[in-house]
Amino acid sequence: MGTSTDQIRELASQRYKYGFYTDIETDSAPPGLNPDIIRFISAKKEEPEWLLDWRMKAYERWLTLDEPTWQHVQYEPIDYQDQIYYSAPKSIEDGPKSLDDVDPKLLETYEKLGIPLVEQQMLAGVAVDAVFDSVSVATTFKGKLAELGIIFCPMSEAVREHPDLVKQYLGSVVPTGDNFFAALNSAVFTDGSFVYVPEGVRCPMELSTYFRMNAAKTGQFERTLIIAEAGSYVSYLEGCTAPMRDEHQLHAAIVELVAHEEAQIKYSTVQNWYPGDENGKGGVYNFVTKRGRCVGKRSKISWTQVETGSAITWKYPSVILQGDESVGEFYSVALTANHQQADTGTKMIHIGKDTSSTIVSKGISAGFGQNTYRGEVRVLKGASNARNYTQCDSMLLGDKCGAHTFPYIDVRNPTAQVEHEASTSKIGEDQIFYCQQRGLSAEDAVSMIVNGFCKEVFKELPMEFAVEAQRLLAVSLEGSVG
Amino acid sequence: MALLEIRDLHAAVEGDEILRGVNLIVEAGEVHSIMGPNGSGKSTLAHVLAGREGYRVTGGEVLFDGRDLLAMAVEERARAGFFLAFQYPVEIPGVSNTYFLKAALNAIRKERGLEELDAMDFMTLIKEKAALLKMDEALLKRAVNHGFSGGEKKRNEIFQMALLEPKLALLDETDSGLDIDAMQIVAEGVNALRGEDRAIIIVTHYQRLLNYVVPDFVHVLYEGRIARSGDKDLALELEEDGYRSVA
Repeated sequence: MGTSTDQIRELASQRYKYGFYTDIETDSAPPGLNPDIIRFISAKKEEPEWLLDWRMKAYERWLTLDEPTWQHVQYEPIDYQDQIYYSAPKSIEDGPKSLDDVDPKLLETYEKLGIPLVEQQMLAGVAVDAVFDSVSVATTFKGKLAELGIIFCPMSEAVREHPDLVKQYLGSVVPTGDNFFAALNSAVFTDGSFVYVPEGVRCPMELSTYFRMNAAKTGQFERTLIIAEAGSYVSYLEGCTAPMRDEHQLHAAIVELVAHEEAQIKYSTVQNWYPGDENGKGGVYNFVTKRGRCVGKRSKISWTQVETGSAITWKYPSVILQGDESVGEFYSVALTANHQQADTGTKMIHIGKDTSSTIVSKGISAGFGQNTYRGEVRVLKGASNARNYTQCDSMLLGDKCGAHTFPYIDVRNPTAQVEHEASTSKIGEDQIFYCQQRGLSAEDAVSMIVNGFCKEVFKELPMEFAVEAQRLLAVSLEGSVG
Repeated sequence: MALLEIRDLHAAVEGDEILRGVNLIVEAGEVHSIMGPNGSGKSTLAHVLAGREGYRVTGGEVLFDGRDLLAMAVEERARAGFFLAFQYPVEIPGVSNTYFLKAALNAIRKERGLEELDAMDFMTLIKEKAALLKMDEALLKRAVNHGFSGGEKKRNEIFQMALLEPKLALLDETDSGLDIDAMQIVAEGVNALRGEDRAIIIVTHYQRLLNYVVPDFVHVLYEGRIARSGDKDLALELEEDGYRSVA
């Protein structure tokens, strides 16, 4: 007969479903960060001299930068000399030619995660570039994409095969010295995805990458670069889970998007890294720099993210609206349960004329979770008739969690129109009771109410991802896991 | 065996005893009305029967269809056929009325050993029920009660009742805040649902709804007890003389 309060507490402290660990011999660098480690990584990747120089400059820049402290999160200081900056599953050193060549244990891991890295992919229309730790292990559908001139490959391969493109665009959106974590990534990044869509080509399938961290004390430093030439379109999906472990894991990725005239890039993320246990022990530290540049006229970049994992999330997928009439969008669901902390939002920088941006942020806090929306809308002098609409809603489950909103608005053109709406609601005992009185269990009620709250964001996700996102929220909030 | 039997029910809210020994027997096919002044315990009785948190039963028992109602979880009571039409229906943004009702109906059907309805059959069913209640079908697509007018919310409650087909429906001041037209529509809905297998309890402050839904029995709840019981004439008497006459 007891209902909501206890149940919310119970639902809010569900155990992480993907807590298993794959035992694979790793070929790792010793802990610590110094020029030798960077040379080691660069040598491992057989990189050209210019990239090593580039990394070294980033490293030198990193040494001069301080770790940011303005975010609304708390964590033990990270010992950067205690991290391992390179780790690769040994059995794939030579690179698999097909799935048959892939370590069966890796495939097993993907199976457990429910990643469809099998023939059904063709039917599902998903090309997967799977990253296991730092080395990409399998890439599919390359042939089909190649026919259209689309390049979709691991970053390390792009460095070898398409050096001019990489040289031209790497760091063009997120400069090496952009921030502390960006500089760190630039110095030590190990892999990630590279996408190039030629002029006028519409990518016929959703491109997707699943990241997974493994090997104790190994941070992951992906680097993703997507370039959409004039009039092209691409939709990219990124989804992740990580095994359970006690040490904090550092993650500092960079994603750069470049959209030329009338190009469209849609970037969707479902992030479900290990959030730590119900006492706040363990969990991934996720410090990510994601930014897109709408270079050309009428180009469009859209970020959609569902963040349910990580102990700490520090992430502000942004759009620089440079081309006239360019469009930037940010749709976000961030869930913090137990002791998770998230400080996330976006930046929309309006430079071109008639540019417009939309921000829809949904924060859900449960347990002792702390959820912060931090967003900046900046309209520069030349951005006449710029428009922004921001909607920022927070939902609280229980009375020990927190929701915070920090909107920054900086408008320097009098013709701009900027709207900001914000709300905070508590998931009502009355809502849960109402659902239960109609025959639904408390778990189904919470799941339904939270999913309803997130609907505006979920509808922006590609279909299969929307289903996964709902399932993730359900896993985080329901007793479906024993 | 009575459908509902309340025996010497005592209940407290935040330490204050509100129900002080309620006795009531409701048979299938009957319509009862429970009236009483503010603070007499009407809504407390409704919430205790539904199993709402924060209402502590301090004595007595309730048998529903032969089962110990007070030992059942909220959703078990609902699935067993107990329906509460809320005085203040709750809004659930982003969840469509149709989706919500399908989930509810299937939860109840599952409990009764019936197959879950598929989307086609469900749509046919709700269209039929919507016509019965003169519900605008547009409301079915909107989020549950979200942005509904007061009258629309109440009508939505009756609509849900029609769809879920409970054995016992308790209408908690469903008439409050309704204009005459809306009340007539609600009353038509309630009348349409009267039947041999179903009992309805109408909790109300005023007599006016009873002009349209004529109860078999009228009870006066006063200071936590049923102070008087009678037929429909009792309601008229109360209208004339007020609740003081009962005390």
